Amino acid sequence: MEDCLAKKMEITVSEAEKRTGRNAVNMQETYTAYLIETRAVESHSEGQCAPVDSLWRRYSEFELLRNYLSVTYPHIVVPPLPEKRADFVWHKLSADNMDPDFVERRRIGLENFLLRVASHPVLCQDKIFFSFLTQEGGWKEMVNETGFQLKADSRLKALNATFRVKNPDKRFTELKHYSDELQSVISHLLRVRARVADRLYGVYKVHGNYGRVFSEWSAIEKEMGDGLQSAGHHMDVYAASIDDILEEEEHYADQLKEYLFYAEALRAVCRKHELMQYDLEMAAQDLTSKKQQCEELATGTVRTFSLKGMTSKFFGQETPEQREAKIKVLEEQIQEGEEQLKSKNLEGRDFVKSAWADIERFKEQKNHDLKEALISYAVMQISMCKKGIQVWTNAKECFSKM
Amino acid sequence: DTSLAEVNSFSPSMPISPSSMINQYKFEDEPELRDLFITVDDPESHITAIETFITYRVVTKTSRGEFDSSEYEVRRRYQDFLWLKSKLEEAHPTLIIPPLPEKFIMKGMVERFSDEFIETRRKALHKFLNRIADHPTLTFNEDFKIFLTAQAWELSSHKKQGPGLLSRMGQTVRAVASSVRGGVKNRPEIFTEMNNYMETFSQKINVVDKIAHRIYKEEREYFNEMKEYGPIHTLWSASEEDIADSLKGVASCIDKCCKATEKRMAGLSENLLPILHEYVLYSEILMGVLKRRDQIQGELDSKVDALANKKTEKDLLSEEIGKLEDKVECANNALKADWDRWKQNMQCDMRSTFTNVAENNLHYYEE
Repeated sequence: MEDCLAKKMEITVSEAEKRTGRNAVNMQETYTAYLIETRAVESHSEGQCAPVDSLWRRYSEFELLRNYLSVTYPHIVVPPLPEKRADFVWHKLSADNMDPDFVERRRIGLENFLLRVASHPVLCQDKIFFSFLTQEGGWKEMVNETGFQLKADSRLKALNATFRVKNPDKRFTELKHYSDELQSVISHLLRVRARVADRLYGVYKVHGNYGRVFSEWSAIEKEMGDGLQSAGHHMDVYAASIDDILEEEEHYADQLKEYLFYAEALRAVCRKHELMQYDLEMAAQDLTSKKQQCEELATGTVRTFSLKGMTSKFFGQETPEQREAKIKVLEEQIQEGEEQLKSKNLEGRDFVKSAWADIERFKEQKNHDLKEALISYAVMQISMCKKGIQVWTNAKECFSKM
Repeated sequence: DTSLAEVNSFSPSMPISPSSMINQYKFEDEPELRDLFITVDDPESHITAIETFITYRVVTKTSRGEFDSSEYEVRRRYQDFLWLKSKLEEAHPTLIIPPLPEKFIMKGMVERFSDEFIETRRKALHKFLNRIADHPTLTFNEDFKIFLTAQAWELSSHKKQGPGLLSRMGQTVRAVASSVRGGVKNRPEIFTEMNNYMETFSQKINVVDKIAHRIYKEEREYFNEMKEYGPIHTLWSASEEDIADSLKGVASCIDKCCKATEKRMAGLSENLLPILHEYVLYSEILMGVLKRRDQIQGELDSKVDALANKKTEKDLLSEEIGKLEDKVECANNALKADWDRWKQNMQCDMRSTFTNVAENNLHYYEE
């Protein structure tokens, strides 16, 4: 593995804090700030730990960082940020951005984001990323100074290219389909999972009602009383156990969500390729038409219909000098065009090569992560069942003593 | 068997003496000594010009001498069961007659003749007859025997005998009147305790019944969502290569969970829910039995009062009072013994049913 930042530096997002301040239009707003702590990892530790550096950042700054990275490295599948707003909630979870559970899960997501960037062989070397982690003041200005916003492709341009490109690399087309499918299936899965969690919550919690009524009932029973009462206690335990179980499941959901958002990053790389390819195709088309024009002017034959040809028929031919001048201009343009085309071609091939390398890296990462996530989900289910077995074994004993 | 010898009369209105009755009621329930086996099955629909109704097949197998044959098969409809129950209540006002399934189901859109409804009713009717068969006194009731053995026309003609509808209505009116007159003054302590117990029990069992239904409903909704959950993973596996197997594995596990959930639900609906429902009905029945006992005592008390006021007709009143005192004592003893028996049964039923639920849940989690 290449030497990346993650190996040299410990990065954590350790705290979250509610702040109030004034925003751009001087209105008061509440937001959450996150504390980023970094510490250099000593390769020869002598029991002495390096000091911890820390600074506070808010979500919008993370967004700015990511936008910068996406524009500056369009051939890289840039790790996604955790969701802006709570999505796929089931009834117990709050959809409020200020809710402490949401903030906590976002904190973990932001830390994960930074770790992903820091362990990426290309991204970790970026200076802006480094100063995001280490430089408190003036970072925003530094980012804006890079002028990355100018380099960003307009949405409209990208959309246009997607529709009109003729010969995109097949692999990218397939990748785009894959990312569409991935997005659709994961969001469906998350939706259903949320509903399942809701129902499971209901089943467990209603059992809690047994606890109270058994206790009240046991008061009027003589022989049955003890068994009934202790069984009721186990019902309470059962009902309470669901909270922890579902909280753990939220982490699993978050892992899936990351790859849901990764699908968008994949699509962004495909779009960039389509844009470049379209650009290339347009340039080649332009060059071809210019060459044709040149040829027509030189030989005097009109092979294709053109307004110029028609007007010259009616209003008389141009003078030889005029024609010469035009040919000269065209020849210059053609030369420029050919050079441009060459470099665009090169660019395009480089892009495809480096993008595809990162995509392969991403695929491996994805397969590894998803497999681990599924395994941990299975482990969670097993643990839930074990707890269930324990509770009901106890309850059974109590019942049999009634 | 001396205790059986005491019971030489099937007509319950002429007991020999209070003490011998006590022996009769203390006859233990011993399933190994059971000599009467009843099943209720095979519901069939009958359509006439006037109405449509269901009959059930009642099969009885017995080794008892007083039965002419050892096997009987008859068809009965719900009305017939109602008749039997009211005859038993008439004959033994302070014994705890088992509950019948309700005439109609109020909540939900259960159609009168839906398969689910018929099956639930059939099971409850089966339970009803078996509980009577297990009861040390009721099992020897003559009307019960006729119910099990008579052909359809025999039963109808037998039904027409006995106190008519009007006199039965009169009884009910008197019962209501006496209960309106307020609580009984000389009620023995034990029956007040029973009353208090029943009030609380009735409350609690109703709540437990509601909770159990709610759990069943939630489990059903959970099951419905889970059915959709598994296939999504299979769909996903189609777009993947490396993790396709893992995804398919998850999908099949989820499907197994679904099946286990179905089993769990079935356990509830076959076991817990019917028993809880039966005891909900029982609590109403017991309140009724306690009222009837009070009413009998009330008759006695009012006659005693009358005696104190009327100087004439002393002898006649004294004789009546004597009879009523006997009656009251019988009623009280009957109830006491039956109460103990009912409570033991209830305990047993609750124990086994909840243990069963726990076991089902264990199996569910193990799977």
